[in-house]
Amino acid sequence: MKTGTELVKRGLADMLKGGVIMDVVDADQARIAEDAGAVAVMALERVPADIRKDGGVARMANPAKVTEIMGAVTIPVMAKCRIGHFLEARVLEELGVDYIDESEVLTPADEEYHVDKWPFTTPFVCGARDLGEGLRRLSEGAAMIRTKGEAGTGNVVEAVRHIRAITSQMEALPDMTDEEQAHQARMMRVSVELVKEVASLGRLPVVNFAAGGIATPSDAALMMALGCDGVFVGSGIFKSSQPAAYAAAIVEATTFWDSPGVVAKVSRGLGEPMRGKEIATLEPAERLAARGW
Amino acid sequence: MPPNIGVLALQGDVREHRVALGRLGISYRPVRLPEDLEEIEGLVIPGGESTTIGRLAERFGLLHPLRAALADGLPTLATCAGMILVAGSIVEGDQPLLGGLDVVVRRNAFGRQNESFEMDLDVKGLDRPFHGVFIRAPWVEKVGSDVEVLARVGDRPVMVSSGRIVALSFHPELTDDSRIHRLWMEGGGS
Repeated sequence: MKTGTELVKRGLADMLKGGVIMDVVDADQARIAEDAGAVAVMALERVPADIRKDGGVARMANPAKVTEIMGAVTIPVMAKCRIGHFLEARVLEELGVDYIDESEVLTPADEEYHVDKWPFTTPFVCGARDLGEGLRRLSEGAAMIRTKGEAGTGNVVEAVRHIRAITSQMEALPDMTDEEQAHQARMMRVSVELVKEVASLGRLPVVNFAAGGIATPSDAALMMALGCDGVFVGSGIFKSSQPAAYAAAIVEATTFWDSPGVVAKVSRGLGEPMRGKEIATLEPAERLAARGW
Repeated sequence: MPPNIGVLALQGDVREHRVALGRLGISYRPVRLPEDLEEIEGLVIPGGESTTIGRLAERFGLLHPLRAALADGLPTLATCAGMILVAGSIVEGDQPLLGGLDVVVRRNAFGRQNESFEMDLDVKGLDRPFHGVFIRAPWVEKVGSDVEVLARVGDRPVMVSSGRIVALSFHPELTDDSRIHRLWMEGGGS
C-alpha cells in the first residue's frame, strides 16, 4: 500500500474536473459552498477582495479555522500557504488538508525559492501565467495547475490571458523540431523531457483549473470554453449579494458551459455580482499575479 | 455493433472513462439531461464528488429517471463517487442518491487525501491482480443478500456487484488497464 504517489496526488485533481472550488473563511461558508455543489473548498483567512482592501501581510489561515472547516464538510478541503513558506505547508499537511495551494494571493515568504513539493504526501496546486511557469511548478512537484488571473478583482481578463497563453504555447510544441523544443525547454527553464511529454499529450500532464477574477456564471462558462478543466471562485461568491444562489449558479454554468441557454437560465435573479476592479487602475504592487516566477 | 454506452458527465473524471472505453473500441455519449438516457444500453458513473453529482442530477431532473433506469436493471459501472451514488444508503450525511445496489457505503472510509493509496488487488473474475488506485475512497460497510463481493482490502469490500451493476471504491480509469471495464461489459462478474 503506497500513499502520496504522483498518481494519487494527480488523481484527486482528476476527480475535481468539471467542478467549482470555492474560497471560504469559516464553517458556515463551507457548508453553503458544499450545499451549492462545490467539489472542494479553499480555506483562507480573508478572501482576496478583502486582502486587497485591508492590506497587511496575508498568511496561511489559522489552523483552528482550517480544522473547523474540515469538520464542517465532507468534500475535500484545500488551504493556501505563502510562496516558499514550506513550514506553513508542513503545518497544513499535519492538519490533514487534502490539497495545498502555494499561492500568490498570500504575501510571498521567499523571493527565490518556491516550496520543494516532492517530499510532501499532500498534493499541491500552483498558479501559472504561461506554460513555462506551469511547467516549472510541475518540476517542483505540483500535481495540479491553475491560472493566476488577478484574484480579488472580479475581473476575468487576466485569467483569460493566462489560459490563452498556456494553450497557444502548448499548441505550438508538436510542430517544432527537436532543436526548437530543446530551445523552448531552456527558455522555460524546464527539462526537455517535460516539454516533449506536453507536446505528445497535447495538454498538461495534470489538471488545469481557471482562477483569479471569475465572478459570474458566464465567466465560469467562458473559462471552461477556453479549455480549463474546472474553476476556482474566490471573492465572487461571498462578495455577491446572494452567495448561496450565486454559488449554485456558477456550479451549474460550469457543468453546462457549452449550453448558453442553461447559463442564461441559471444567471436569472441572482442579485448583484461583486463590484469588481479595472486591472489598469491597480498599482504595480497590487498585481498579485506578478508574485512568483 | 458495439453497445451504446453513456457516461454520466455532470462532473468528475469523464475523460478517463472515455479513454478506457475507447481502448475497448467503444464510443460513449455524455449523459447530462434526461433525454440523454434514451437508447443507452449501459451507464458509467465516474469518479468525482458524489454530493456535486447528486445535486446537479437533482436540479436538472435526472435523479428520478436515473433511479428508474437503475431499478430497471440498466447495466452500470460505478467508480468511487459512483459507488456512493448507487448505494441504497450511506452511513452518514444527507445527499441525493440513485440507489440500485443493496449496500450501505461509508464515504471517505479510508481517510482523507493523505491516506489515499495504490495497491494490487485480487479481483474475482480476473486472472491477474488489478492495480487499484484509491482516492479518499469509500468502502462497503454492509452487503445485501443478493450482492456479491468481488474484491476486498483487508476485510472491507471495495468491489461488489448485483445483477448488471458493478460498483468499486477505486479508479480503474486512472490506469491503462481496461480489464474491469471489459469484465463489466461482458456481464459484470455475476
